[in-house]
Amino acid sequence: MATENKLKTGDGPAINGFAAHAQTTSTLLRVDGLTVAYGDQTVVHDVSFELARGQSLALIGESGSGKTTIARTVLRLLPPEARVKAGQIKFNRQDVLELGERQFRPLRGRELGFVPQDPSNALNAVRTIGSQALEAAALLAEGDAAARRERVLETFRQVGLTDPDRVYASYPHQLSGGMLQRVLIGLAVLPRPALIVADEPTSGLDVTIQKRILDLFAELKESLGIGVLFITHDLAVAAERADALLVLKDGVVQERGPAAQVFAAPTSEYARELQADVPAVNPDRYRAADPDQAQSQAKSRAKSQAQGEAPSGASQIEVRSLSKTFTVGDRTVRAVDDISFTVRRGSTHALVGESGSGKTTAARLLLGLERPDAGEIIIGDQSVRAHSRGQWRILRRHLQLVYQNPFTSLDPTWRLERIVREPLDRYRVGGKAERVERVKEVLAAVGLSESLLHRRPTHLSGGQRQRVAIARALVLRPDVVVLDEPTSALDVTVQAGIIELLFRLQRELGLTYLFVSHDLSLVRQLADTVSVLQGGRVVEDGPVQEIFTRPRHPYTEALLDAIPALPR
Amino acid sequence: MSIAIAPRPAQPPARRLTAAARSAFTTVPPSVLLSFIVVLIVLLWSLFPALFTSYSAVTANPADKFLGPGAQHWLGTDDLGRDEFARVVYGARSSVGTAVVAVAIGLFAGGLIGLLAGFVGGWVDAVLGRLVDTLLAIPGFLLAVVVVTGLGFTTLNAAIATGIASVAIFARLMRAETLKVRHSVFVESSYLQGGSRNYVLFRHVLPNAYRSVVALAVLQLGSAIIVIAALAFLGYGSPPPASDWGLLVAAGQNDATAPWLVYGPAIVIVITVLSINRISRWLRKTS
Repeated sequence: MATENKLKTGDGPAINGFAAHAQTTSTLLRVDGLTVAYGDQTVVHDVSFELARGQSLALIGESGSGKTTIARTVLRLLPPEARVKAGQIKFNRQDVLELGERQFRPLRGRELGFVPQDPSNALNAVRTIGSQALEAAALLAEGDAAARRERVLETFRQVGLTDPDRVYASYPHQLSGGMLQRVLIGLAVLPRPALIVADEPTSGLDVTIQKRILDLFAELKESLGIGVLFITHDLAVAAERADALLVLKDGVVQERGPAAQVFAAPTSEYARELQADVPAVNPDRYRAADPDQAQSQAKSRAKSQAQGEAPSGASQIEVRSLSKTFTVGDRTVRAVDDISFTVRRGSTHALVGESGSGKTTAARLLLGLERPDAGEIIIGDQSVRAHSRGQWRILRRHLQLVYQNPFTSLDPTWRLERIVREPLDRYRVGGKAERVERVKEVLAAVGLSESLLHRRPTHLSGGQRQRVAIARALVLRPDVVVLDEPTSALDVTVQAGIIELLFRLQRELGLTYLFVSHDLSLVRQLADTVSVLQGGRVVEDGPVQEIFTRPRHPYTEALLDAIPALPR
Repeated sequence: MSIAIAPRPAQPPARRLTAAARSAFTTVPPSVLLSFIVVLIVLLWSLFPALFTSYSAVTANPADKFLGPGAQHWLGTDDLGRDEFARVVYGARSSVGTAVVAVAIGLFAGGLIGLLAGFVGGWVDAVLGRLVDTLLAIPGFLLAVVVVTGLGFTTLNAAIATGIASVAIFARLMRAETLKVRHSVFVESSYLQGGSRNYVLFRHVLPNAYRSVVALAVLQLGSAIIVIAALAFLGYGSPPPASDWGLLVAAGQNDATAPWLVYGPAIVIVITVLSINRISRWLRKTS
């Protein structure tokens, strides 16, 4: 098998270094030749790895790579239709797969901790954090209720919850995502386990909070000597945080070894591809790959100026002192507070910030999905303040949106051809034959095969769906496309493909992008200018290069700091 | 990077249809298949009763009165010597047919109210919501009895009455489903794509909202059969010699010596309703 060969070639120094390391400390978890299948579909092929006490190992792969299945097998939480076909899992020299349920139960939650992916769904919404934590503490069977409570509060303090008493009395909905994740980590740490399995512990969280949670894991590993098994799709995070990496694709190990080594010099083709697709690794990837693009852009800019257009004529979008307040119950929230920015024709402007920074609201105001309380939006050369519904309809022909989540933005009952044709039908562009022709044309432009024309969205992958959404936005040949976190629901390699596509389309069609994102490394790759938002206000703006090399505002610095520092 | 695109040759429609039929036979549980067969037979009874029995449902034949169930008369004969099975078969049209009418009234009136309330919102939702609340506050069976008394004692009026009584249930479910779809991202996206309100309502919202309402309609069909049988049993339907299933049970209980006159039609009602409920539960699980 080709993969085996690949493994052998990659084995040499990497495995030796890895094994030498493992010998010095005692082995905590050892997985040997694990093969797991759902029905007759094998999702994990012959996977082996070792994790030493107090060390961390990251399983890296895209969705469908089998990483979560491995974690669930270790915890014996596989769904009933899954079967372990071969292999052994030794935890503290006990064979996890051979133990009876009665013997295993004392391990799970005591020796083996688990931090789930989505903190907002992992706790019971109608009970206080404290009552749920006490339940976990009761498993330890030590001391009375007061002692347990003290123990819980102490653990909460340990995981960096500054006000443990308040957290203890709160219901899950009263805490933020970051705090909930800390609570869950606290619950996992409470019984002093030897191993914590963390399944994408930071994927739903803001970047600065992600950094703090990862710091917390590192700290717990150091101070309590807990082994950590990370499951993640984010190679950059894994490389920065784990001692060793295991790269998976379609359930097969592609590469393994110490984190710094795998990341700096990946030997397998897949790991190399993954590494190249991490936006933080080469911020100038697309610009560098296309030397004549900068030239042609400069040329067209010079041309437009030569034709006597005023410098302001080159601005496609201008936003002046935009404000929007939402009233939720008796609280008013200033979602967008006096924001101004300008986007040049044919360039990309990014709105960057964490959740609640007002970046999405600003984009929705621009699209006319919300009405601003104050301020002015000028698109092309017209102010949209007094636009009627009909005028907005005309304007939107040139102003399109690509949503964050391609799994919800396409009607599941429609077929692909009709989805992409919808804007043409609505704006009555051309005859029937011409519409079909344009649909085919735009699908080719976004790299989708014509054989998919009659599929429903449910039969497409995430990347394909986002390409469909982009095709739908482009089929009217708009001037401006608003991209609302267009890749945050996608895997890294798929993300790289979409970003590359966006670049190419901008070059070919002269599109203007407004790019809304929380991911600074991605912004650095894609955008020309950037506005950094915090709490509805612009804290800093300017050309991307300048912001990234010389941030002036502490918040921008914090955001930049949260980009995983890559081992060199 | 590349996205794997599996080229799948387009199937001719005929082959696709047979493939769909084959997959239906392998994925549908046997109890559901059996239920479908029962419902199909009952539907055929109501459409072509003469194909299933050679006896007349109305002509009296006093010589044969009160014969027990046997090879000649599967469900025996009644006090006038009429074949009970023939009466059940001929009664299917008014029993099942009126149930279908009842559900259709509830489905269309309730569906429309729910769709409008959910999609338009605001004061329309408030007004329609109170109307539905009022309907829900009146016991359905009582409402049906009142309507039949007002309109006249025929089975069709019983159907209208039952339909009106179920409007509220359909309206509530349709409203909930519509609300869910109305706030989904692809609906907003359709507005951005230049879609008008009517367009979005009928092309995006309705196709995504109707499924569970249809499953409810099938469930309601079962209970409508029971309600209409009960109305007929109490005399709120067409008078004899009509042979509504509920009327047959009512007539049968007069003759204690011939218990098959009660059990025959009663068992037919039970089997039909159970089959419909099974189908509805399966629909709800798969939709």
